Amino acid sequence: MSRTRTPVVAGWFTGEGEAFRLLGTRCSACASVFFPREDGHCRNPGCPGGELEEVPLSRRGRIWSYTDTRYRPPSPYVSDPKLPWVSYALIAVELEAERIVVLGQAAEGVTVADLAVGMEVEAVPGVLAEDAETTWTTWKWRPAAGGDGGGRDMTTGAGA
Amino acid sequence: MVLGAGMHPWGKWGRGFVEYGTAAARAALADAGLDWRDVGSIVGAGTVRGGYPGHVAGAAFAKALGWQGARVTTVYAACASGAQAVAAARAQILAGLADVVLVVGADAAPKGFFRPAGGDRPDDPDWLRFRVLGATNPAYFGLYARRRMAVHGDSPDDFARVKVKNAAMGALNPNARYRRPVTAEEVAASAVVADPLRLLDICATSDGGAALVLCSVDFARRRGAARPVRIRAVSTVTPRFPSTVLDLPDIATDSAAGADPDGGTFRASIARAAYEEAGLGPGDLSLAEVYDLSTALELQWYEDLGLCGEGEGAKLLREGVTAPGGRVPVNPSGGLASFGEAVPAQAIAQVCELTWQLRGAAGGRQVEGARVGITANQGLFGHGSAVVAVR
Repeated sequence: MSRTRTPVVAGWFTGEGEAFRLLGTRCSACASVFFPREDGHCRNPGCPGGELEEVPLSRRGRIWSYTDTRYRPPSPYVSDPKLPWVSYALIAVELEAERIVVLGQAAEGVTVADLAVGMEVEAVPGVLAEDAETTWTTWKWRPAAGGDGGGRDMTTGAGA
Repeated sequence: MVLGAGMHPWGKWGRGFVEYGTAAARAALADAGLDWRDVGSIVGAGTVRGGYPGHVAGAAFAKALGWQGARVTTVYAACASGAQAVAAARAQILAGLADVVLVVGADAAPKGFFRPAGGDRPDDPDWLRFRVLGATNPAYFGLYARRRMAVHGDSPDDFARVKVKNAAMGALNPNARYRRPVTAEEVAASAVVADPLRLLDICATSDGGAALVLCSVDFARRRGAARPVRIRAVSTVTPRFPSTVLDLPDIATDSAAGADPDGGTFRASIARAAYEEAGLGPGDLSLAEVYDLSTALELQWYEDLGLCGEGEGAKLLREGVTAPGGRVPVNPSGGLASFGEAVPAQAIAQVCELTWQLRGAAGGRQVEGARVGITANQGLFGHGSAVVAVR
């Protein structure tokens, strides 16, 4: 039986393969970027409030920090309790242009041993979970092809 | 003025939160030498686990103690609920609305990871981080710990040292849940929960209750209270945009592309507001009770409280400055490492410990000559919490 591919949250990402991007919104007045998207009003208290326009976020960023999940998270995280728990890594990534840190799961097969703070990673499409009718899609972070593996000064930027 | 402090011991007792809260309330009233009917106002810190905000906590405690007509208030601010309850009580006293206010918080915590309330709620950031990422609280603690290792050179041994220090103090505290010294080897041998943190780096979730009897200066004077502990500041600040440190329950930080972060993190601003209100600084402190949700987070608080410069937390610990007998012992109660978190009670319990320390009544945990103490804590969704008490 074929399952329907459905984003775990609508409007947070778009595209496939190389064209995959996280989607945020940007204030036309102050240039603040919001992810998850803010569609109501700019949250910069010093901004009169411009139009919030949908923008794709940078595909690549650098690792701000990372960890993993050795125990099964509780609901509403979806996992099959009949299967043994398989840990996955979580990566917080600093996007230079947007000066924002975005958390995401690591791509399948990537463990904390493969990661370092400052390493370059890229957003890729991934699968969060599957049930009888639906494949829930999401974004994942993966060490960037041709990335430099880190070494940049890690204490600067939005997340410092 | 703090006339009375009381707690129900932390643990896993399998009973309801109202029972723990009223036991703590009765202990605080006995400590103050007051009858419940002398109380003009009761402020309850809400627990989300009682249905409603803890059966609407203030009223639940008032009913259990016996309705006597007191003014009632209930506040909820996640882990900062207790500090907001103290703030509400203090504001009522300073405004002349009440002479004596009873502050109560209690929790009956579930086993395992905290999780959001049920249902399909994609507009709730707390629900989303579990649904989309499976990001539990320890996952965020792991992120902070790894960041400290990369940026400041902290090591898992430094983190373990925090647990060893706090467990040694908790062993002396009759209200603590874990009353056994822990060795660094035991920390290192415990299971990894969220790399690089292990089970013994991360605080448990507990049942417990804490209460304070607060009163006006005039009331304390009329009662002839001998040098009562005074609350000099209660900080309940929110972050400033853009908040650039990833914080639970959020999936991302604010962006700094449109506005520069104007100096300092949210956690540092919590302490700064408390110091400004109290007219004191970190150099005046005799002790601090901080929210050690993880061992690594305690080191972060040293820096955010101004006990040392950024990145120097582990060094401060290694030098023994924050240990018993040091310049500023931190978490002489044993901290969350020894208590486990009972959410709405915890920030009140921190003030109970300050009260006993400042009275010189903390027994084997006593900080010699304690005069000034601060508590620090942070509640989910952007709730700052710090209390300065003096004697």
